[in-house]
Amino acid sequence: MVQPAKAKPKTLFDKIWDSHVVERSDDGTCLLYIDRQLVHEVTSAQAFEGLRLTGRKVRRPEANLAVCDHNVPTTDRGKPIEDEDSRIQVAELERNVREFGIPYFPLTDARQGIVHIIGPEQGFTQPGMTLVCGDSHTATHGAFGALAFGVGTSEVEHVLATQTLYQKPAKNMRITVTGTPHRGVGAKDIILAIIGKIGTAGGTGHVVEFAGPAIEALSMEGRMTVCNMTIEAGARAGLVAPDQKTYDYMAGKPMAPKGGAWEMALAYWKTLPSDPGATYDREVKLDASDIAPLVTWGTSPEDVVPITGAVPDPSTARDDNKRRAMERALEYMGITAGTKMTDIPIQTAFIGSCTNGRIEDLRAAAAIARGRKVADGVRALVVPGSGLVKHQAEEEGLDRIFTEAGFEWREAGCSMCLAMNPDKLAPGERAASTSNRNFEGRQGPGGRTHLMSPAMVAAAAIRGRIADVRDFD
Amino acid sequence: MEKFTTLIAIAAPLPMINVDTDKIIPAKWLKTIKRTGLGPALFEAIRYRKDGSEDPGFVLNKEPYRHAEILVTGENFGCGSSREHAPWALLDFGFRCIIAPDFADIFYSNAFKNGILLVKLPQATVDKMMADAEKGANARLTVDLERQVVVRPDGEEVPFDIDPFRKHCLLNGLDEVGLTLQKAETIGGFEARQKTATPWLYR
Ligand code: SF4
Repeated sequence: MVQPAKAKPKTLFDKIWDSHVVERSDDGTCLLYIDRQLVHEVTSAQAFEGLRLTGRKVRRPEANLAVCDHNVPTTDRGKPIEDEDSRIQVAELERNVREFGIPYFPLTDARQGIVHIIGPEQGFTQPGMTLVCGDSHTATHGAFGALAFGVGTSEVEHVLATQTLYQKPAKNMRITVTGTPHRGVGAKDIILAIIGKIGTAGGTGHVVEFAGPAIEALSMEGRMTVCNMTIEAGARAGLVAPDQKTYDYMAGKPMAPKGGAWEMALAYWKTLPSDPGATYDREVKLDASDIAPLVTWGTSPEDVVPITGAVPDPSTARDDNKRRAMERALEYMGITAGTKMTDIPIQTAFIGSCTNGRIEDLRAAAAIARGRKVADGVRALVVPGSGLVKHQAEEEGLDRIFTEAGFEWREAGCSMCLAMNPDKLAPGERAASTSNRNFEGRQGPGGRTHLMSPAMVAAAAIRGRIADVRDFD
Repeated sequence: MEKFTTLIAIAAPLPMINVDTDKIIPAKWLKTIKRTGLGPALFEAIRYRKDGSEDPGFVLNKEPYRHAEILVTGENFGCGSSREHAPWALLDFGFRCIIAPDFADIFYSNAFKNGILLVKLPQATVDKMMADAEKGANARLTVDLERQVVVRPDGEEVPFDIDPFRKHCLLNGLDEVGLTLQKAETIGGFEARQKTATPWLYR
């Protein structure tokens, strides 16, 4: 496209933002058009109730897609949900989608799964779009060059009713990852390294564009893992510029444009990457070849150490607030400073979630599990992110590799990522987990979470303690 | 949404950083389909003991803080999940204002949508108000939204920033969806242009 001579170079974020401004007020607040919304059972009931109480309609029902994921048991789908509150919440969403005419994948549909897995899988997520969901990990969809961010229930209602949101433009941050990662290091380690470097509030107020050779080299699924945890760095959205990998991934997806529309969309998507010379409010650089497989030791996602490292000493904290937080984390986690990470035993291994519940994640874990056995006393769960991921894994025989090794093979859902369904940690129980949050109580009251990659969780399941995946050939 | 004009209230000190939304309200409470009734579950994991009884050491279990309407806390409050149940629980307990060095983005907008005023102040100022809060009922803080000041018990007035649109909505208790619906024509105009430029977005 020909740019007017003096046009200021724009970032990918600027382009998406500018093309969605319905109205701009003097203080910079914009009424932003929202192209798509994903809806799930936990954060939508009160929004629909709000519409009902005020007699309002959904402006564009077909611009939404709804699914149940957080509450659903991952065992037998044939039976009704046992927990009464969960059952009511699912029934409530089903009533709402019927009443308001919103497309919905029921629990028995093969396409059911975690919101952030099914959006990309269906081609619902597309480059250049604005997309929201009442869920902070909506950042995942940024892997496609879509401006995707999590919103609260009042905003869910606002989007349902008006297809817009009031937003202040975010600042631009670019995180450039150069170099080639070493063996055993993948997308999860890259994003954990970034969070460890900039901290859980490091991205507040920014939209992060992930760039550089190490990001370009990632598969679409790897990019989704990276963008997924942008929120753990405090940023509301992460972005990766769309490229050939993006288009190849999208081609033929059920909700992707077809035929002439595809050609037109493709031409547009190719104009989206940041212009040369575009400037960022903040730049961060990382070399992927410096990253070792990472694990968390504490109760904040920024609490990362290399697998070869040890639990840090609170006396080394930068200030008193941080020192107190570290001491509290050690107490909660039931570990002491100086303990080698590989000496920490686990009781549970969880492979799944919107961070790492896609087919490549399951393949990576299966490669470690193949021909090995889960350690005695370890409960190990593999929970595909969607019914389609499950189906694909079964086609490839991954389910048998897992079950032969002693892992449980489950139905799709959020499962042990958060303590809202029957898959939970007991108080004091320690898990190696591919999910995204190690907050106190996240996986169950009193439960202890160590975050890491799918291959590392599989390795931990087999060793019975946190383990270095590079020791497995 | 209830209006917010001036609040003179007891402030509870919670000197913790990175208080995440799982800590504010654990996931098991997200099964509700209502906005109200979450107050008793606020900070559940640190407020109650294993047997379900109140932990007497936790600030909100002490007098006068059971009646606190202001919370003074550490940096990055409200990080983590987008759950609006966090501000719902805070509101249901009785909090109308939270003072901290900074807040996580999603929590920030969720709180305002529910009539909770979030006041960002420099760490040193928050430290002073934390000390005020520790004095209990003798040291109420006054939050005057119209004038954008927090008045400390010793009379010191501390100004704070707030975006004019949020201030306007809060002062008047406005329903944002209703306001935006008045712009239906403008939104329709945008859609018509977008349908021409990027028609594949309209299946
Ligand atoms: S998998 Fe976890 S992080 Fe992802 S949507 Fe479900 S609960 Fe949220």
